[in-house]
Amino acid sequence: MSTPRARRTVISTPDTRQADHEAAAQVADAVDARQEHAVDHAAEAPAAVTLDSSRSPGPGYDTAAARVAEAGEAVLEASRGERPRSFDPSDFPVPTGREEVWRFTPLDRLGGLLEDAPSDEDARDVVVQAPDGVHVGVLGRGEGVRGSALVPEDRAAALADAASPTATHVRVPREVELDEPVHVSVVGRAGRRGAGHLVVEAERHSRAVVVVEHTGGGAHADALEVVVGDGAELTVVSLQLWDDDAVHLSQQEARVGRDARYRHIAVTLGGSVVRLSSTARYAGPGGDAEMLGVYFADSGQHLEHRSFADHAEPRCRSDVRYKGALQGETARTVWIGDVLIRAAAQGTETYELNRNLVLTDGARADSVPNLEIETGDIEGAGHASATGRFDDEQLFYLRSRGIPEEVARRLVVRGFFADVVQRIGVPAVTERVMTAIEAELDLAVGPVAGVAAPADAAAEPALAAAPSSAGAPAGGA
Amino acid sequence: MATLEIRDLHVSVETDGEPTEILRGVDLSIESGQTHAIMGPNGSGKSTLAYSIAGHPKYTITGGTVTLDGEDVLAMSVDERARAGLFLAMQYPVEVPGVTVSNFLRTAKTALDGEAPALRHWVKDVRTAMSDLKMDPAFAERNVNEGFSGGEKKRHEILQMELLKPKFAVLDETDSGLDVDALKIVSDGVNRVRAGGDVGVLLITHYTRILRYVRPDVVHVFVAGRVAETGGPELADELEENGYDRFVQAVAAS
Repeated sequence: MSTPRARRTVISTPDTRQADHEAAAQVADAVDARQEHAVDHAAEAPAAVTLDSSRSPGPGYDTAAARVAEAGEAVLEASRGERPRSFDPSDFPVPTGREEVWRFTPLDRLGGLLEDAPSDEDARDVVVQAPDGVHVGVLGRGEGVRGSALVPEDRAAALADAASPTATHVRVPREVELDEPVHVSVVGRAGRRGAGHLVVEAERHSRAVVVVEHTGGGAHADALEVVVGDGAELTVVSLQLWDDDAVHLSQQEARVGRDARYRHIAVTLGGSVVRLSSTARYAGPGGDAEMLGVYFADSGQHLEHRSFADHAEPRCRSDVRYKGALQGETARTVWIGDVLIRAAAQGTETYELNRNLVLTDGARADSVPNLEIETGDIEGAGHASATGRFDDEQLFYLRSRGIPEEVARRLVVRGFFADVVQRIGVPAVTERVMTAIEAELDLAVGPVAGVAAPADAAAEPALAAAPSSAGAPAGGA
Repeated sequence: MATLEIRDLHVSVETDGEPTEILRGVDLSIESGQTHAIMGPNGSGKSTLAYSIAGHPKYTITGGTVTLDGEDVLAMSVDERARAGLFLAMQYPVEVPGVTVSNFLRTAKTALDGEAPALRHWVKDVRTAMSDLKMDPAFAERNVNEGFSGGEKKRHEILQMELLKPKFAVLDETDSGLDVDALKIVSDGVNRVRAGGDVGVLLITHYTRILRYVRPDVVHVFVAGRVAETGGPELADELEENGYDRFVQAVAAS
């Protein structure tokens, strides 16, 4: 193909519709930006892929329904990099639902979080447990690193910041390496409205894991600001284990220093509406951001994750992997994965993946990877998105070995999550996630009697990562 | 001594919304300790027979019976059939991402026995069986069939057969796609299982090649959805010489 490479390439695809088990292996669509044809194909790609089982009743053996959402439903941004950022809530009009950033979110269920109203004093309890050597304090606006990494990108985040004159500050001093995680507990109170700003700072050459755990109820808007110093290695885990009625909007954004390694892990299992944005920007060359997500939506839950890797520095890496399962009427998930490789970001290597497993009728998953590339000089850029129903062939294979159906279903679902869960790399969190997934499955298929319980995943010596974890774009269209 | 008995089995599949009859009255009995080869040209319904015995939902039984020691196999769910002692080595084993071979084998063994196997013996059994099949121990920690070569998948099927110890094993074209070395390894595995107990083996194959390594007691020629002729091992030799033409023509003429 001799088409000259456009200066700027926008890939907004997913052309993945899983129709049956045979297609499952091939559904992953990967675009390698180094390839002319991929770049070419991107120009006229559709905007989103949706598997909406609520519109296609009947668990046919070889059927699944997929619908490509029509492009042009909303006004698209010229570039992800041009999205307005501001600390002033009035810079963000109250959304109507047609905006690109809000079009997937049920605005009528946000518990007033987009209204400029005061928070309740007793909306939440925040407790920080930190090992020795960690500084825990507060930061006013403009103090320390506050505001250096996170600038609100939507109305909820701006209101959250505005409502937080003091931010909780967790600082791991330079060259301190922690053996155990810092634990931040946010417990919301039902019927209350709360807001918070947490600043996590890992100074240069430090190493730490910070677990932020959200439980309880109420409506909460949060800003989680992360500063990873040069050469530091920081893992931030955000657990959304809310009660059923909770609403949570959170912007989580990191500035990744030179040669630093940042890992962000979003685990969303609870809450009525959860919308979490995870962003990594780079402050110098050689930075590495791994952003993982695991979510499980039941009836009535809307779980939305937005990831953004903003490459403006040379030789940085980003690796984004979100996996979700849905079960029950009206279960709804959204994943929007943005990657921007700016002109200065030569030698960038990026990959993003989203997989959704629809377990029952009546659920709907949206998956939208967006890849913008402004330089041809990159190591690689790939994406994959696939949403499918439960694979009955896998079920048959396992059952043909005597494994009862409910145990087989569990094996398959656990297996589906395994590669991402194993990458979490924080044993306490991994265990909790697997336990929570088991509990979700109890709802779906009922508890399994002792006889044939599968071996504990945590006891598995080495759950091998899927081949797609090699970093190369997986599969072909 | 156990008996698997198939009587006048009729099976159809749905193609383009229309049911198509694939099996047209299959009669076949096999006892434990025996090995029966089922040979036939492509499209004769051999694999349909295999999947129908295992209970794959794609196939609709429209008539006939399958019994295991008098028990109605067709009334059993897929996993109940396996627990009753049936095993199907598949031609195209399915990938199960995120589930390791070791976890899979242990879960299956637990399901079949009703209790978890004693760990020490089990680990040793798995290791020995893998070594016998010349499988790298690292296989145990790979995900089931994911990224396996064709030969690795077949060995993995025979590994399961060795460890799960069925009463009757149906091997659906286990030999296809294997080179001679792999074919010998797989055949040795089948022969070990045969020597080790009272298993009955239904060896479905398109080629006579595997029958040099796994000698059948009985050979059935399968044409157009039913058994066209049954004989001893010499029938395989005749097929080797003359192919299926005689049988196909006979069916076409009738």
